[in-house]
Amino acid sequence: MRIYVCIKQVPDSEAIIKIVGDTEYNREVVYVVNPYDEYGVEEAVRLKENNGDGEVIAVCVGGEGAVSALRTVMAMGVDRSVLVKTGEQFVGSDLTAQALAWVIEQEGPADIIFAGKQSMDSEGMQTPYRLGAQIGLPVVSNVVNFSLEKTTALVQREMGGGLRESLTVKTPCIIGANKGLNEPRYPKMHAILKAKKKEIKVLDIAELTIQDNSGVQLKGLHPAEDRSEARILEGTAEEAVSSLVDILAEQRII
Amino acid sequence: MSKIGVFIEIVDQALGKSVPGVVGAACRGGDVVGFVLDDLADKDRELLEEYGVTEVVVVGGREVALSELPVSAGLALADAVKASGVKALLGVSSSTGNDLLTRAALSLQAPLVLDCTGIDFNTNCVRKSHFSGKATATLQLTAAPFVCGIRPNSFDPVPEKVACTITKFEYAGPIDDAITVTGVEKSGSGRKDLAEADIIITGGRPIGSSENFKILEECADTIDAAIGASRAAVDAGYAPHSMQVGLTGKIVSPKLYIGCGLSGSVQHFAGMKSSKLIVGINTDKDAPIFSKSDYGIIGDLFEVVPLLTRQLQKRR
Ligand SMILES: Cc1cc2nc3c(=O)[nH]c(=O)nc-3n(C[C@H](O)[C@H](O)[C@H](O)COP(=O)(O)OP(=O)(O)OC[C@H]3O[C@@H](n4cnc5c(N)ncnc54)[C@H](O)[C@@H]3O)c2cc1C
Repeated sequence: MRIYVCIKQVPDSEAIIKIVGDTEYNREVVYVVNPYDEYGVEEAVRLKENNGDGEVIAVCVGGEGAVSALRTVMAMGVDRSVLVKTGEQFVGSDLTAQALAWVIEQEGPADIIFAGKQSMDSEGMQTPYRLGAQIGLPVVSNVVNFSLEKTTALVQREMGGGLRESLTVKTPCIIGANKGLNEPRYPKMHAILKAKKKEIKVLDIAELTIQDNSGVQLKGLHPAEDRSEARILEGTAEEAVSSLVDILAEQRII
Repeated sequence: MSKIGVFIEIVDQALGKSVPGVVGAACRGGDVVGFVLDDLADKDRELLEEYGVTEVVVVGGREVALSELPVSAGLALADAVKASGVKALLGVSSSTGNDLLTRAALSLQAPLVLDCTGIDFNTNCVRKSHFSGKATATLQLTAAPFVCGIRPNSFDPVPEKVACTITKFEYAGPIDDAITVTGVEKSGSGRKDLAEADIIITGGRPIGSSENFKILEECADTIDAAIGASRAAVDAGYAPHSMQVGLTGKIVSPKLYIGCGLSGSVQHFAGMKSSKLIVGINTDKDAPIFSKSDYGIIGDLFEVVPLLTRQLQKRR
């Protein structure tokens, strides 16, 4: 069984983002594995473990530093990795999907592919779908429950209003993982050490004959306005609540 | 005048509550044409007529229910959009909306941006969050038609009473059953949808148990609010993930957000910082939530929330 996981490295959620020029940000932030991708990794590794054999391959499009994200997921149980190196901070989902498809073509056909449902930096939400279009596999994203039968996957997606949609998907397929799918493991020391010896193939995105056909251009990045200090409603709890209710009524919220 | 398409999402057998807001966004760009899968109920058509939708295309799929076949539904929506000549297709950036809009955009080979919070039809530029709300990106769509998902509550509905004509679009393409919807089930509270609510009351870790959410529910009932939870509360098993707000939960922008026993982590704020008014209730006067909210009450949520419930009940 050949299982792929798509990995992106993104700034840590605690990172302070400073916009540089029109469309870039401070490169010195701390990077982590995109949190949604971790659910994909965990599901892939469990699938291999339950299956008894197979290989889990991580594929990443990112900067040179993304090697550390790949070491992290290999410590979680991924067997080997391929990094498609790029100098750009933002690679659109169209180009990313083409690069992922290119690697998958090289490494052999997938039995199943996991990805995160979205990345935390550009929040595009499109990569799993675009990869599916590239390699002709069905895609379900926002998945919180997954099990595999002979030729189908049974999945559940999270909808609004506490609804869950159940679907059957013909395999091979692509799964966009959401939180709730599983509890990603913390790698143990020996797994971290072992991961240092696992293979990472590196190739440059320029070696691939691909171009961006998305029709979407990033024109500018702007820092979000910070919210200011709260006005503390004084007095006893009763009085504070009373002021709050007055304010809400005044602003016609209630 | 150009025409702008809106995917009409039906949620739990009724018009999605965020659809009128998306129609409000679309009408800035031209006459609004709705696209709905399979069927449109009279009550939903009447609602659309309140908001200026002059035409609805019912996209039907021969013998099958398209809403149960996402792959074909995306192809069918794309074909209907192409045939209609709309300049753009908009829809709610919900789970279903994002799924279908993406499938349709890929079939149309159209530029696609999801979760937009702003749109300008003159420049064909949209705005969306980057880095979970720490930055906003301006993106330009360089071909037409283009496809945009709109974050719920980003645009106000614009009431304008019109008559709406219904036309049918018969999908003639392949019926692809690679993905089949087999059912929909309720998990969690079954309360109002977080993403669509005007008011949200959220409980953090100190809520302590799933039973204690009742305190928030009683309060929510007085003001028709939805209930949220922090990740700490979800991971402790007090609430299902469907109630989680934040970086790895739901993104919400209600008119009022009341956080009860929330520290105010960046990851939680990533999901609710675009709320119009934020109120924090916390025992610790130095809690970070007070440095980025509109109003704060320093106090124990188990005392403050029931008081709030009582005062709200009195007002009604
Ligand atoms: C990758 C990643 C993703 C994450 N995603 C999310 C996410 O989506 N959503 C999310 O919420 N978090 C998320 N987190 C977790 C986040 O960092 C915080 O740990 C979490 O939000 C804290 O939850 P809390 O505020 O409920 O609890 P705490 O941090 O424990 O804060 C509780 C607060 O309640 C106050 N308090 C205690 N008792 C009372 C009382 N009786 N009455 C009133 N106040 C009281 C305390 O003073 C304290 O400020 C994420 C973290 C990471 C690393």
